[in-house]
Amino acid sequence: METSMSILIGVLFTIGTYLILTKSLLRIILGTSIISHGVNLLILTMGGLKTGGPPLLGQHDTTFTDSLPQALILTAIVINFAVTALFLVLSYRTYKTLGTDNMDKLRGMEDE
Amino acid sequence: MSWLHLMIFIPFIFAIFVPFVYKWFSGKVHTGWFVLAAPLAVFLYLLKYIPSISKGETLRLDLQWMPSLGINYTAYIDGLSLIFGLLITGVGALVVLYSIYYMSKEREALHNFYVYMLLFMGAMLGLVISDNILVLYVFWELTSISSFLLIAYWYQRKNSRNGAQKSMLITIFGGLAMLAGMIMLSMMADTYSIREMYGHVNRITEHPLFLPAMILILLGAFTKSAQFPFSIWLPDAMEAPTPISAYLHSATMVKAGIYLVARFTPVFGGTSEWFWIVSCIGLITLMYGSVNAVNQKDLKGLLAYSTISQLGLIMSLLGIGSASLYFGYGDESTVYAFAVLAALFHLINHSTFKGSLFMIVGIIDHETGTRDIRKLGGLMSLMPISFTLTIIGSFAMAGLPPFNGFLSKEMFFTGVLTVFESPVFGMKSLSLLFPIIAWVASVFTFIYCMILVFKTFMGKHRPERLDKEAHEAPIGMLIPPIILSCLVIVIFFFPNIVSDHLLQPALTAVLPQFAGTGGIEVKITPWHGWSTELFMTLGVIGFGVLMYRSLKKWSPLYGYFPQALTLNGIYNHSLAGMERISLILTKQYMTGFVRDYLVYIFTFMIFLLGWSLWLSNDISFDLSNNAPIHLYEGGVILAMLIAALTVLFSKSRFTAIIAVGALGYLVSLFFVIFRAPDLALTQLVVETVTAALFLLCFYHLPELRKERSSIPFKLTNLLVSLGVGTVVTLIALSANNHRLFESISSYFEDSYTLAGAKNIVNAILVDFRGLDTMLEILVLCIAGLGVYTLIKLQLAGKEKK
Amino acid sequence: MKPNDVILHSVTKVAVFIILTFSIYLFFGGHHNPGGGFIGGLSVASGLVLLYLTFDIETVRRNIPVDFKKVAAFGVLIAIFTGASSLLFDKPFLNQAFGYFNLPIFGKTELATAVLFDVGVALAVIGTAVTIILSISEDG
Repeated sequence: METSMSILIGVLFTIGTYLILTKSLLRIILGTSIISHGVNLLILTMGGLKTGGPPLLGQHDTTFTDSLPQALILTAIVINFAVTALFLVLSYRTYKTLGTDNMDKLRGMEDE
Repeated sequence: MSWLHLMIFIPFIFAIFVPFVYKWFSGKVHTGWFVLAAPLAVFLYLLKYIPSISKGETLRLDLQWMPSLGINYTAYIDGLSLIFGLLITGVGALVVLYSIYYMSKEREALHNFYVYMLLFMGAMLGLVISDNILVLYVFWELTSISSFLLIAYWYQRKNSRNGAQKSMLITIFGGLAMLAGMIMLSMMADTYSIREMYGHVNRITEHPLFLPAMILILLGAFTKSAQFPFSIWLPDAMEAPTPISAYLHSATMVKAGIYLVARFTPVFGGTSEWFWIVSCIGLITLMYGSVNAVNQKDLKGLLAYSTISQLGLIMSLLGIGSASLYFGYGDESTVYAFAVLAALFHLINHSTFKGSLFMIVGIIDHETGTRDIRKLGGLMSLMPISFTLTIIGSFAMAGLPPFNGFLSKEMFFTGVLTVFESPVFGMKSLSLLFPIIAWVASVFTFIYCMILVFKTFMGKHRPERLDKEAHEAPIGMLIPPIILSCLVIVIFFFPNIVSDHLLQPALTAVLPQFAGTGGIEVKITPWHGWSTELFMTLGVIGFGVLMYRSLKKWSPLYGYFPQALTLNGIYNHSLAGMERISLILTKQYMTGFVRDYLVYIFTFMIFLLGWSLWLSNDISFDLSNNAPIHLYEGGVILAMLIAALTVLFSKSRFTAIIAVGALGYLVSLFFVIFRAPDLALTQLVVETVTAALFLLCFYHLPELRKERSSIPFKLTNLLVSLGVGTVVTLIALSANNHRLFESISSYFEDSYTLAGAKNIVNAILVDFRGLDTMLEILVLCIAGLGVYTLIKLQLAGKEKK
Repeated sequence: MKPNDVILHSVTKVAVFIILTFSIYLFFGGHHNPGGGFIGGLSVASGLVLLYLTFDIETVRRNIPVDFKKVAAFGVLIAIFTGASSLLFDKPFLNQAFGYFNLPIFGKTELATAVLFDVGVALAVIGTAVTIILSISEDG
């Protein structure tokens, strides 16, 4: 399971990176979104998979999966939501103001 | 928090209130009157230490700051700190008083001026009173920064800005070198406390890092004290308002380097390297400063070079005196220790006469509108008080009786003669050079002192060349230099009061082996028979008068020195060169295209992570302790791969959004499989809201275009992304096979007793790591406000377009 | 032209009610079961977003006259103040306490300051999420 997850994470990172390196603002946002999924899964996988029950003390399990990565990821998900929103609005604003979503045309002035 | 600590912070506390005072009372009362209280209070407070310090006691007070790192704010007062503390606050009070009349309350931005000045004062006080070297370093850099602000006070002028930049570049460079040296020192001595280092001198001396640490710390001291070849910032710093020049360059800023050398003499002194470097650099600086001072046309420039030369004098004396540590305790040691006493004495004397001279030059500038020696002349009858004060100051600087400069100059000659008479460190042949250089430099010193007096006040008065009608300054402006000049004379007649109460305790601080006897047996007297020193002084006067008379004949010689070879020329060239090279370099990689920067970042990441993986030899594939994989889990993985690829290849934005959404829901499925119910819930909701967000935004955005890029462009992207993917996979695999230590989560599993919660994840979020969560929601809020402002507040740029 | 969306309206009315109830359950269950401030806040936000999408913004605003930016700021303030309140008892910042009390109706109940902190988290999340969605959708 861990091995296949690692490969999946690798693929997610590859696709995310490729999208980030393209010229279109939309693809860049989609790429960051995919990479963040990859990161969350990476943290979870690094903590070990299925090593016990869910980290709830009320249940009958006596061993639990690592709870620390979960807490980390929980915050990461929420922050990621905020960042994605900011990104989206930034690109939307950019498009509205400058009339393009092509990164090539968005570069700074020559004389700067 | 003791009174002493409070006293150090008083300038900072005052600095906080200065802008308010300025605002409330501007136009009515000069802000300086309020500021004056700060140095005066600290000065009076420090005075009360004189009795106990002169008995040989020291005072050490701890204030915990970062106890876990061994960094505490330890205030330590001994003779050396006390001298500096008194100079900083005493001259500080006089300078503030002077500035009240010098700086117009209508025209100048006084709040800035006094805030900078108080910052500087507090930093200097902290510097001389702290025992911890890291705290000392912090104050050291604070003096650099605040002096930068002070020099650039008239920032509208280009010269001010350049001068400030120069002083900043040079002193910060030295400060950083000093920091490196101090860290080395603390590694050798295993402590941050200077006092504790004195106990480990043997270990430090034998350590291989001894010489590098010494040179680095000396770099700091030399840059600050404007020693050759770092002296170039000082003349340019004369662009500052004159009260600042008087403060920075007579009593404080430049003396910080002297303080550092004196403070570290017990650690490094007694070795031949220290002796040679400090004394030779000092002598070279002395010579360089005095020779150049003669050629100056600007009165302040003249004083600047004279300051450089006087600092060189003090520095060389400290270097010579350090040999005393080599001899331990005995007659020879006492002879050399005399040089340290001379250095400390001259330190005080220099502050008095140079402070007064700077103030007089300020007065001349203020009342005539120029400082150019060629335009001035014949002011004696117009400004009689200033003239008298100048005579006192310059003659003291030239080393004439009955002024204190005469005493310390004589002691300086004794010091260099000591080197000649009882040479150390195998320098028999060179020892004659010490008195010769000292004597020649003194001749030049004599000449520029005469220029200062006679070219300004004697000769023919030519009012047509002056911007204003010259007249005597208001009495308030004259009081500070009068006080200093009185000190110049009083110290000449009662040198031993100063010596017993201030110099001897400071001497024991610099040379700890005399601490038992409370200093060395010495009486400073103006007259000690027809000694060599006296003949040297007479020679200086005689030869100096001759040279001054023939100044016109030999001064054109200065013009023959090639401009490109001056230190300033080298500095300017190297600065311009650095700017040019960095511009060329920067243009190479700063393309203005975000994608390129991302490629750098990702490539760097691939190499850094891959390299460290390779180095630690941790790449391994061990499938044995994998969790079992079920068929439906395989299905989910496959579905995720398909979704991700769909995003990559989709031509329509809606397909892409839906695929990304699907990816998110699949991830939440994984969270269910991996026993993370909280994550699954959160992911589900977030994914829903994000999808709505995407749809809302994409409604306004254009359709996805087909990427029209060149093959190399795409190939680079492909390679980089493949690299990132591979490295991440390798890391994930290696992480699974190498558990370096047990997970710390077992602690959190006790959450029911610790936090009364059965949901461990939530307990971590709200209790164990509550601070993280708090900051996270803060970030969340900021992002929300960012979105809001981006949408609601139209940027001004839009209207322009 | 006004689209005929009676079904959407009716379903939403019920759905929002269920979502909000469930969110509150999630929020209070967070101490012992899956849930908590983040999830509770997010699901409340999603319910509100559903309302805004179904009915127009003006209608909802008339019925829920709340400035969600202020809600977010208020949430952060609550979190900070519950954290700072532990300073009054000479405990480190953000030290949480809990105890068991006998309440009239609920019987033996656990009360924890962590729940107050969680209220702050939930409010911050609700405020931020709704602010983001609203700002985008209002801009045409």
